[in-house]
Amino acid sequence: MTEATTTITQKLDALYEYDREPVHEKSFQGIGKFLGVYGGEHIAGTEYVIGPLFVSHGVTAGDFFLGLIIGNILAVLSWAFVTAPIAVKTRLTLYWHLRNIAGPRLTALYSIVNAVMFCFLAGSMISVSATAIGLPLDMKMPALEDMLPNSVEWVAVVLLVGTAVTALAILGFEKISRFSSIASPWMVLVFIAGAIAVLPTLGVQSPGDLWRVANERIWTGVPFAGQTKFTFWHVMFFAWFCNLAMHIGMSDMSLLRFAKKWQYGFASATGMFLGHFVAWTSSSVLCAAAAGSVAPGPIAYMGAGIAGAVSVVIAGWTTANPTLYRAGLAFQVVTPDWKRWKVTLVAGLVTTIAAVFPALMMKLLDFVALYGLLLMPMGAVIVADYWFLPRMGLRKEYAAHRGLGLSWPVLIAWLGALAVAFALPFEIFFVALPGWFVAVLLFVGFSFIQQKYLAAAGERGSQ
Amino acid sequence: MKIALALGALIGLLLTIVPSILVAIGLLSWQTHAVLMTIGMIVWFIAASLYPQPAKSS
Repeated sequence: MTEATTTITQKLDALYEYDREPVHEKSFQGIGKFLGVYGGEHIAGTEYVIGPLFVSHGVTAGDFFLGLIIGNILAVLSWAFVTAPIAVKTRLTLYWHLRNIAGPRLTALYSIVNAVMFCFLAGSMISVSATAIGLPLDMKMPALEDMLPNSVEWVAVVLLVGTAVTALAILGFEKISRFSSIASPWMVLVFIAGAIAVLPTLGVQSPGDLWRVANERIWTGVPFAGQTKFTFWHVMFFAWFCNLAMHIGMSDMSLLRFAKKWQYGFASATGMFLGHFVAWTSSSVLCAAAAGSVAPGPIAYMGAGIAGAVSVVIAGWTTANPTLYRAGLAFQVVTPDWKRWKVTLVAGLVTTIAAVFPALMMKLLDFVALYGLLLMPMGAVIVADYWFLPRMGLRKEYAAHRGLGLSWPVLIAWLGALAVAFALPFEIFFVALPGWFVAVLLFVGFSFIQQKYLAAAGERGSQ
Repeated sequence: MKIALALGALIGLLLTIVPSILVAIGLLSWQTHAVLMTIGMIVWFIAASLYPQPAKSS
């Protein structure tokens, strides 16, 4: 390794030093902890955007509900059968487990890609909050087709919100986490209450009107001007893969390693069905009542008044903060001598500049799909390394075994899977699944070559 | 005190959800519902913030 990369990987190791050891039995958590964490984590500001985006893409009511039910079930099963079993067997964070498979240099690269994506994700949440802060200022809201800032007021409000979020992320992450957990139960009810209160304006006079109104006024099946048509498959794959980085991408190993049993992966159902089912349905209803407006602030205000607007600010802020904090943590690997506050400040600056562009919010579905896709191959590698290599007579965690800085089979699997995924003639929502199989095949194939032929040839050469 | 705070939190949540149902069945105006939701929000955050946290285990 070069001196520079050695410094980076040493710094990265030092950052995660606390998590180096497998979780001890006395730190295991009960099911209640996971039900709460998943419930809270998936009721974010972005839920106010995702429902309206489905409406704008002309999903029908049947496709919407069936797609959400099946997609959310598949997401829960992914957490339960893919992430949790390896998490409770290894008891390690994703970082330390991946380091053993991919080597420290490749893991550092993965962390940086992750950090950049975290910044953009936090940026979309700042944009969401800004639409509510701008309400009393009578700010012109960004429209669906706006990719660039549409007014000076928008830029000023985003900079204001971004500055506040960054300052709070620097000052205290723990207190924000506590505030976030307090806000979660209330926010779910605000979503539901807002949607119920606008039902009469959509023409619902009795429960018998619900399905008719759902088809005729909300999920009409007709896309807005300039938007592509979404089907059941779009909804199902998006619901399944919007947290791809967390389940199949394995980043929730860091959370589920505290679980007493692998079955606690099923606790993710609270997040999927409260956040991604109830909240997306509610925000779709609000969008329809607002005559197709997709800006979260105005639609929440239309349903729930001041409480709705406040919930948008809180939902955006409480989820942007930990995301920004994690981005700062990951960026710290390339800024070895910087204090945490300085790194978080830079991450906040990148995030705020990104948030100025409404494209991030209006193209959220595509961005979320891209985010998961970029990180997914590493999850495929972890699964293949854990379950498949030993059955083929190959050694697990080969990079750690041989002291390699970078595992080339992992690098080829990562880049190869992405190259194939981007080359496929499908929309981005559909390429992650074939990409996963490509990553597994490439990793297993090249690991076989590395361990059976090259290592053997190397050993013969050294004799 | 703990019971009073739990009761306050419950009232806050009820003020958040119940008015919307009354709006949907035509028994309450949207404006009153919005005011009640704002009161519910304030009550919830005060009560839930003051509610004692369970002690952290080692």
